[in-house]
Amino acid sequence: MNSPVESWRRSWLGSWFGPRAAINAVVLVILALVPVYAKLTGDPFAMTLFTRVVILAMAALSLNLIMGFGGMVSFGHAAYLGIGGYAVGILAKEGLGSGFVQWPVAVAASALYALVVGALSLRTRGVYFIMITLAFAQMIYYVAIGLDRYGGDDGLTIYRSSQFDGLIDLSNRTSFYYLCFALLLASIYLVWRIVNSRFGLVIQGARSNERRMLAIGFPTFRYKLACFVIAGALCGLAGALLANHTNFISPAMMHWTRSGDLIVMAVLGGMHAMFGPLIGALTFLLLEEGLSRVTDYPNLILGPLLLMVALYAHGGIDGLLGGARRG
Amino acid sequence: MLYLIEQLLNGIQLGMLLFLLAAGLTLIFGIMDLVNLAHGSLYMIGAYFAATFAEWTGSFVLGAIFALVATLVVGMVLEVVAIRPLYGRTHLDHVLGTFGLLLFFNELVRLIWGPAGMTLSLPSQMLNAVQILPGLYYPVYRLVIIAVTLAVALLLYLLVMRTRLGMLIRAGASNREMVGALGVNIKLLYTLVFGLGAALAGFAGLMQAPILTVQIGMGENILIVAFVVVTIGGIGSIRGAFVAAVLVGLVDTVGRAFLPDLLHAYLSESASASLGRSLSSMMIYLVMALVLIVRPEGLFPAASK
Repeated sequence: MNSPVESWRRSWLGSWFGPRAAINAVVLVILALVPVYAKLTGDPFAMTLFTRVVILAMAALSLNLIMGFGGMVSFGHAAYLGIGGYAVGILAKEGLGSGFVQWPVAVAASALYALVVGALSLRTRGVYFIMITLAFAQMIYYVAIGLDRYGGDDGLTIYRSSQFDGLIDLSNRTSFYYLCFALLLASIYLVWRIVNSRFGLVIQGARSNERRMLAIGFPTFRYKLACFVIAGALCGLAGALLANHTNFISPAMMHWTRSGDLIVMAVLGGMHAMFGPLIGALTFLLLEEGLSRVTDYPNLILGPLLLMVALYAHGGIDGLLGGARRG
Repeated sequence: MLYLIEQLLNGIQLGMLLFLLAAGLTLIFGIMDLVNLAHGSLYMIGAYFAATFAEWTGSFVLGAIFALVATLVVGMVLEVVAIRPLYGRTHLDHVLGTFGLLLFFNELVRLIWGPAGMTLSLPSQMLNAVQILPGLYYPVYRLVIIAVTLAVALLLYLLVMRTRLGMLIRAGASNREMVGALGVNIKLLYTLVFGLGAALAGFAGLMQAPILTVQIGMGENILIVAFVVVTIGGIGSIRGAFVAAVLVGLVDTVGRAFLPDLLHAYLSESASASLGRSLSSMMIYLVMALVLIVRPEGLFPAASK
């Protein structure tokens, strides 16, 4: 494989033309036009589905920042969705409806959790890292089940969306959709800037050869931890969006299979492409939805399909389109 | 005191079941270096087979034997068809591929057996409780589980430590290439090990089936607990899996039994009940995190066994 830095730069700048750039452009145009389509056809379900796509794409993007590019396979990423969601839900229930409070709290709580988990987990390697991130996510899952005041196992309905007085009304689904879309684009830009910064180069260096990075004097642990926290904060924001989207939070949003879904999205789209997580989330959720319309047993097809992707599609969908191949 | 002994027995019983699941998982992990999220599906399938065959034959024991054989076959077919191409790939590919298999098996079970769960009823002589200490009655079936799984653990130990097949399995765990180079049919060995792991998982499922309902997704939560056992024990170490399984079983059961009361000394009834419930569910993960922080490769790292 070429140097990872090169392939990352190329994956973004190198091909303004070609199939993957075309696909990315088409996806963005489609996403931008979803509310128009929903208005014309009077099909509100498209809005629900695509808002979900955009929010989970953000979560998968944040996972991909540490997994695809930092080599840290976290199997507990749904915990951040839950923490972000519960921050919104709990504050709303306690009468603090302002989004100016809720969202920063959601991001800060997720970042703090990531700091603790990262500081403890980054001492382990490989499968042990996968398992310890899973273990921490399970703990948060059971904490949520124990929160009797906030619904326990059954979850909690949020009666009022986050309030941004005078700025934006989130109960208007179109404004909410465009806010999510804008935040997704901003996140992709942010991740791109991180990846191509000096900081990002150290992280990629640590993925390729940590011992060498240490030998030339980089405290890789601190760099990786910072990266882990940034990803956690970003996913916490996605969690706050998700709570506003469904107006409901429950421990189920943190079940370990949800973390599995996020991994599937990131790998499916292609871990070495900026738009990979978005393409992955879009494909996964549309497949799920489409298959459940044509058959009562969608996972009989979806399951083997994922196995096929694991076996044959190196680099996910992006790899099939001629992007950087997974090493 | 009697209550404590009863809870300790429950903990050991849970630990034994976890060992059955974890033994297969750690073998597959250690020898084929495969993260298998579909292991819980084999547990579920074992339980469904047992419930079905017991219904057909009218006998619990016959049903269990047929289910064991059937799960073994399913495991070996699964290995040849879907698992084999995953060897040598990244752990991420394993997670993605076996996650797909997990979705597939849940749906397949729903297609074959329907969305409603099943029950597996015990022969009448196992329904009773016996007095094991003055004043302490304990269900016969739970004692049977402990005895049978201990026997299986012993057999597994003998198989791995005292037979030629076991020698190859151990050799495969420490150096795969070398075993292959010495002319051992690695492919066949892998299929056998996977089948053995599947049969152990199915066995755990069918033993647990009369206590819980047989339902879709029953393997998902226990799979994660089995992973906790494997990780605490050290990946690839059967001895580690045994120690960790008993530890996790005891911590979980005793935590559930005593934490709420313990907290009640400091907190109100409802607060201690809910806090105790979530704390005791978290205990095993806390233990795992602590173990990994102190020993990043588990209690019995494979390299030192």
